[in-house]
Amino acid sequence: MNARENSPHSVSFYDDSGRYRGLFSWLFTTDHKRIGILYLISVLSFFAVGVTLGLLMRLNLIDPGRFISERTYNSLFTVHGVIQIFLFIIPAIPTTLGNFFLPLLIGARDVAFPRINLLSWWLFILGGLIVVLSIFTGGGAPDTGWTFYAPYSIRTASNVSLALFGVFILGFSSILTGLNFVTTIHRLRAPGMKWFRMPLFVWSLYATAWTQILATPILAIAVLLLVLERSFGIGFFDPTKGGDPILFEHLFWIYSHPAVYIMILPAMGVVTEIFPVFARKTVFGYKAIAFSSLAIAFFGYLVWGHHMFTSGMSDTSRIIFSLITFLVAVPSGVKVFNWIATLYKGSIEVYSPLLFSLAFIFLFSIGGLTGLINGTLSLNLYIHGTYFIVAHFHYTMFGGAGFGFFAGLHYWFPKMFGRMYNERAARTACFIMFIGFNILYFSMFILGLQGMPRRYFQYLPQFRTNHIISTIGSWIFVAGLLLMFGNLIWSLRKGKKAPGNPWGGKTLEWQVPSPPPRENFEEIPVITHGPYRFD
Amino acid sequence: MSTEQETQLTATRYRKYVYVWLSLIVLTSLTVSVARLHLTSYAILIAILIATTKAGIVVTFFMHLKNEPLILRLMLFVALLAFTLIALLTFSDVWYR
Amino acid sequence: MEKTETAHAVHTRDIEGAKMGMWVFLFTEMLLFGGLFLLYSVYRSKYSAEFHGSAAELDIVLGTLNTVILLTSSLTMVLSISALRKGHRGLSSLFQGMTILLAIIFLVNKYLEWSTHIHHGIYPDSPALLAMERGQIIFFSLYYVMTGIHGLHVLIGAGVIAGTLVFTTQGKLGPDNFVMLENTGLYWHFVDIIWIYLFPLFYLIV
Repeated sequence: MNARENSPHSVSFYDDSGRYRGLFSWLFTTDHKRIGILYLISVLSFFAVGVTLGLLMRLNLIDPGRFISERTYNSLFTVHGVIQIFLFIIPAIPTTLGNFFLPLLIGARDVAFPRINLLSWWLFILGGLIVVLSIFTGGGAPDTGWTFYAPYSIRTASNVSLALFGVFILGFSSILTGLNFVTTIHRLRAPGMKWFRMPLFVWSLYATAWTQILATPILAIAVLLLVLERSFGIGFFDPTKGGDPILFEHLFWIYSHPAVYIMILPAMGVVTEIFPVFARKTVFGYKAIAFSSLAIAFFGYLVWGHHMFTSGMSDTSRIIFSLITFLVAVPSGVKVFNWIATLYKGSIEVYSPLLFSLAFIFLFSIGGLTGLINGTLSLNLYIHGTYFIVAHFHYTMFGGAGFGFFAGLHYWFPKMFGRMYNERAARTACFIMFIGFNILYFSMFILGLQGMPRRYFQYLPQFRTNHIISTIGSWIFVAGLLLMFGNLIWSLRKGKKAPGNPWGGKTLEWQVPSPPPRENFEEIPVITHGPYRFD
Repeated sequence: MSTEQETQLTATRYRKYVYVWLSLIVLTSLTVSVARLHLTSYAILIAILIATTKAGIVVTFFMHLKNEPLILRLMLFVALLAFTLIALLTFSDVWYR
Repeated sequence: MEKTETAHAVHTRDIEGAKMGMWVFLFTEMLLFGGLFLLYSVYRSKYSAEFHGSAAELDIVLGTLNTVILLTSSLTMVLSISALRKGHRGLSSLFQGMTILLAIIFLVNKYLEWSTHIHHGIYPDSPALLAMERGQIIFFSLYYVMTGIHGLHVLIGAGVIAGTLVFTTQGKLGPDNFVMLENTGLYWHFVDIIWIYLFPLFYLIV
C-alpha cells in the first residue's frame, strides 16, 4: 500500500506520509501522535533507569555498605529523585497520553503549535542526556538530594552545575508543552464543544498546563542562580555574603510543590475518563470535578512552605502554610467522592484499566491522608526528614500518578497501537504490583514513625526488619512491573487487532480507527452534547 | 474586531504612538526628579507606582492589550495574581522571623 | 474574533492563537524575572540602608539615558508593526533597523557601565566587594545578575528583530502575514518593561 497515494484519512499515522521516511519521519515529525509515542519511549526508558537506581538503594538498605559506599548512596538517591521526578513522573501523562489524546478529545487535527511540540521533545531529550552526562563527568553524580539545598549544593565538588543545566532545559521543555496545551484548548476545540462539554481529562490538562506555565520559571531562576553561585560566587544563598539559604528553599519549593500537582492532576483526569466507561454511567458531578482541578492548581500554588516547616521560617508563615495545606485537600476529596459516586449503582465491567484506577484511588487516598498528617505543623516537626515523608510521596506520586499513568496506558493502548493486550496478564500484574507496592512503602510509614531518617546510608539495628521487608516488597513490585510491561510490549506485535472502540467509550477518540489516521478525523465533528452519555 | 477594521485604526496610529511615547518620557523625567527629592521612606513606593504606570501604558497601547480579547487580559491578571500571592507568602516568612 | 477554519487547523494560520501563545510565553518570562524581583525586594527590606548607599555608585545619567533609549526602541518597534500592516515594507524595515540600533546602543552603555565597575574592582566574589558590608555585596550581586539576564534578553531580542528585518525585506512578512513581527514586538515591549522596573530599583533609590 503506497502511503502517498491514499488520502490522509484512511492511512494509520504510523505510515509515513510527509517529506521524510523511516527514522527521520519520526525525529522530525510534527504529528502530535508520533510525538506522544516518542515521549512514551523516552519517558519509560528514563523510568527504567530510575527504578534500577531505586532497587540499588533498597539493596543497600538490607545490608548497608556491603555493596555500595556512602558517597555512591548519596548519588543514588539524588539521581533517582532527579530522574523519576523530572524525567518520568512530571512529563509522563501530559507528554504521552496528553499529547496523543488532547487533540482527539477536543476534535482537533493537532495541537496549536506542532513544531513547538517537536521542540519540546528535543529539549526533553537534550535535558535528559545532560542529566545522565552529569553522572559520568566532572566531580561525579550529584550527591545533594534532588532538592539541591544550599549551602551544600554550592560547596560540593560533585557535578551539580551540569545536572542543573539539564534540569533548566527540561523546565523549558515543560513550559513549552504547557503553553501549547493552553492555546490548543482555547483555540482548537471542535464546533459546539463548549468548555463544559470537554472531557474531564482535558480540564485536568488545562489546569496542569497553567501550573507548568506559572511555576516552572521559578525553578528555572532557582537553578540558574545556584549555577551562578557555584560559578561566580554571587552570594544570594551564602550567609557570609549576606545571603539566605532559606530563600533558595523558597524559590525551589515555589515550583516543586505545584510540580506535584502537575504530576497528579493529569492522573486524576485519566481515571475520571475511565470510571464512566467501566461503570457504563455518566460521571457524577462533572462541574465539581472540572472546578476542583482548577482549585487544586490554584491552592497548590500557595502551600509550598509545608516542605520547610523545620527550616527556620517564621511562625506566622508556618501557620498560614499549614492552614492552606488543609484547604488543598478539599478539592481532592471532592474528586474521590465523585469517582465513588460514579461507580455507585453502575454496571461495572472489571477490566484492567478499571483495576489500575481503583488501585489509584486506594493508594492516592493513603498518600493524601498522610499528607494531612504531614501538613499538621506540630506533627511535621517530628516526621519531617523521616521515612514517613518518603512513604507519603511515593504513595501519592507513584501509587497515585504512577498507577494513574498505568491505568491510562491500559485504557488507551488499543487506540494508540491498534492491538489488545493480554487481559489476564494485565490483571495479574496489577495485583502483584499492588501487593508489592504496599509492602515496599507501608513499611516506610512505620520506619518513619519509629524515627528512621531519610537519605541515610545506614541505620540503627532496630530498623533492620522493616528495611528488609521493604526491600522484599521492592522485588515483588518490580516483578509485577516487568510482567505489566512485558505484556504490553509483547502485545505490540502479537496482540489481537483492536477495534475502533473496544471499551464502548463515548469520547471522540473512540470514533476514529485504532490507530488513528494522520489527520485524526475525516471531518471535524460538530458537538451537540457533553461526553459520558451512557443511556 | 476584523483585521480590516484594525488596519483602518492603525492607519492613524503613528501619531498616537508618538504621544504615548511622549507620556512615557514625561513619566521618566518625573521619576528621576522625584528621586532627587530624597524622600527615603516613600521613595521606593512612588518609584514603583510610576514604573507601574509606565508599564501599564506600554502594555495597554504598545502591546495592544486594549484591543485584545478579554481572555488575554484575564490571563494576565491570573499571572500577576499568582506572582503577588507568592510574594506575599514569602514575605509572611521574611518579615515575621 | 472568528476562529479560522479548524477543519484544516494544521495548515491555517490562527492569528489570535499565535498571539495567545506569545502572551503565555511572556507570562513565563514575567515569573522568571519575578523570582529575581522577589529576591531583590526581600533583600532590600533586610538591607535598606546599604541598598540606598550602594545605589549612589551607579551612574544615574547613564541609567536614565538607557531608559530613554529602550522606551524609544519600543516606539520604533510598534511603528514598524503599523507600517508593515499598512503595507509599507520599506518603512517597517527602517523602524526595525532603528530598534536594533537602539538595542545595540543600550548594550554598549551597559558594557561601559559594567567595565567601570569591574575596573573599580566591584564584581561578584571580588576582594573589594567581599570587603564591603553584606548588604552591599548582595546589592551588587543583584545588579550584575538582574541587568545581566536582562541584557541577555535585549541581545536575543535584537537578534530576533534582525531575523524579522530580513524576512520583511525578503517580502515574507507583509500586511497579511504580520504575526511574527507582532509577537516579536510583544517580546520587545516586555524587555522594555523589565528595564522600566530595574531602572528605579537600582539607580533611583539613593
